[in-house]
Amino acid sequence: MQKSLAPLLEDAQEIVGLRQNQLQDNIVASIYSTAEQIAGEVVSHTSPKRRDLDRQIDNILTSPIWGFPIMFGVLAVVFWVTIVGANIPSSLLATELFWIEARLTDLFMALNAPGWLHGFLVLGVYRSLAWVVSVMLPPMAIFFPLFTLLEDLGYLPRVAFNLDRFFKKAGAHGKQALTMSMGFGCNAAGIIACRIIESPRERLIATLTNNFVPCNGRFPTLIALVSIFIAGSVSLSLSSIVATLAVAGLVVFGIAVTLAISWLLSITILRGEPSSFTLELPPYRRPLVGQVLVRSVLDRTIFVLRRAVIIAAPAGGLIWILANATVDGASLLSTLAGWLDTPARFMGLDGFILLAFILGLPANEIVLPILIMSYVCGGAMTELASLADLRHLLVEQHGWTWLTALCTMIFSLCHWPCGTTLFTIQREQRSRRWTLLAALIPTAVGVVVCIFINNLVRLLDLV
Amino acid sequence: MGLTYQSTGQSTTREIFNALADHCDYAIALAGNPNTGKSTVFNALTGLRQHTGNWPGKTVQRAEGSYIYKSHRFRLIDLPGTYSLLSNSADEEVARDFICFARPDATIVVVDATCLERNLNLALQVMEITGRVVICVNLIDEARRKKIRIDIDKLGKRLGVPVVATAARSGEGMPRLKELVSDVASKRVQTKLQPVRYSQEVENAIARLEPRVQAIVGNSINSRWLTLRLLDGDTRLVHTMENYLNTGETVSVMPVVQEGLV
Repeated sequence: MQKSLAPLLEDAQEIVGLRQNQLQDNIVASIYSTAEQIAGEVVSHTSPKRRDLDRQIDNILTSPIWGFPIMFGVLAVVFWVTIVGANIPSSLLATELFWIEARLTDLFMALNAPGWLHGFLVLGVYRSLAWVVSVMLPPMAIFFPLFTLLEDLGYLPRVAFNLDRFFKKAGAHGKQALTMSMGFGCNAAGIIACRIIESPRERLIATLTNNFVPCNGRFPTLIALVSIFIAGSVSLSLSSIVATLAVAGLVVFGIAVTLAISWLLSITILRGEPSSFTLELPPYRRPLVGQVLVRSVLDRTIFVLRRAVIIAAPAGGLIWILANATVDGASLLSTLAGWLDTPARFMGLDGFILLAFILGLPANEIVLPILIMSYVCGGAMTELASLADLRHLLVEQHGWTWLTALCTMIFSLCHWPCGTTLFTIQREQRSRRWTLLAALIPTAVGVVVCIFINNLVRLLDLV
Repeated sequence: MGLTYQSTGQSTTREIFNALADHCDYAIALAGNPNTGKSTVFNALTGLRQHTGNWPGKTVQRAEGSYIYKSHRFRLIDLPGTYSLLSNSADEEVARDFICFARPDATIVVVDATCLERNLNLALQVMEITGRVVICVNLIDEARRKKIRIDIDKLGKRLGVPVVATAARSGEGMPRLKELVSDVASKRVQTKLQPVRYSQEVENAIARLEPRVQAIVGNSINSRWLTLRLLDGDTRLVHTMENYLNTGETVSVMPVVQEGLV
């Protein structure tokens, strides 16, 4: 027999009559007053001051005057600590790992191993792994815990609060500030976080623009390039400060692009009014520093590094093969790079750089290692033992200028999302069209900005 | 910065209600307001590492995990953090439908010790649906620091369900929580609910309608709660309820992240 509640619903309406809204309020009010009564019976405060302290801190951190300088300051301190702290372990790791490479070569020689095996395994696979570890590991191991501390402290909702009005003006949802912050960790995680935005239109805007903030795969690339180019060009005491400002500036640029593209989307293909929401500012909590260190090193650093290593090892081998397989006297690698060279130069890059971005599609972490690999494999086989040698390789042998570095960093900030992120977008939106657009929009922005900057600088004769 | 195995890995969407019976002795739901440390409690119980962070609405993926206590396997389902169960949003509906239809053996309601009053609203609403509740007063370390004292025994007597104070971050109170959950789930401890008393007008309406509601739904659904929702005019719930009563099925689906799925 079919059970039906419909007659009961009718009866209920009859009983309640026209006062349904009043009755709903009545029910809610009873629950609230019961909760209030119980809480009153069991809770006793001995000091009411604490809550006020939180409010006072909030008033400063989210004030119209101090909110932004503090935000920029916090960002700058985090980058400064990362850049300064990562420098020494980076060179130490590079020295150690390349010493091991030399010993591996000795071993292969002693065993009379064929040249191609040594080339593929040592100069291809091992060397790219060494670059990934020495360039990527130190910045990650410092940046992750710092960011996690800020998150545990409760600073992120305050950032969202500060940025809310900008996102509103851009026609987007204020919570996009939170999903954007998640993007600093990993864009794929940022895309998933977009679920907290209820309206599909605003969620789509947040999804399509998440890639404009650098994820942990791209931060070390930016930091390494900044360190290499700034460290050599200004005096040592200033270099870390200038490098910090450069990275912070790039991040601000990324946020500005996020807002601009959100605004463009909301007046074109995704028109609509921003919906309102309430953002709760949670109490500040003292982070458990030890736990944060362990968790962020184990969960995040090792995880990201593992992903980079898994992808970098085969990529390194592939590049060695491309660099050593010749067709008509030229290696496949230089032929491929040659095809890309003309458009790349127009954007202030070169063929190898563009090729590295393309080959880096599976994971952004490996773009810089791939680039180094293709430079090293393609040219004379220089032994690179330190970051200073790396600077030599880029500047002296491949004609990099500060403009090349700048365009590379901007393109790193604005190009197609990595494979994992694209996969996540497809899964969340279930639409090929939006996934394609999520790749096309940042790429178009990157190409246009790079072309503009490159030609402007050259026109003004600044290089 | 939610970079964890779960957030970057593949997740599956499936009918969660059918999943309850799989390889576990008891199914336990985890409910609570946003930002009360629900994920931390989840991690402390299961040993999993769901991403945690100090901001509301952080848990966007529902997590499921399990733990073993005294040789019984407990399956723990992390519900969306909500302020109420009055189905104002999709999240509230998911949480409510799960507690109502999936009928977990026990529901842990995590409340924030530093703002108990606001958090009790949800706890009271959960206790209208099911009596098999354990209240977990979390962030008790935070409350102590802020010089807030909570009389746990009195709270337990007042609500009629077991209450435990925890600081999930440091693991304080977690063994006791497991013990209480096991007691409630295995019905070793009978809870004695003190239902919310409504105004005379509402109580009269309940008295008129409830016997007829009970005649239809029997003992499978709390008739007082359903009567209130009928008086509320919650047509969506009525629809889902009819479906459940007639076919034993519900329509709600929520995405689940499975243990060990990378």
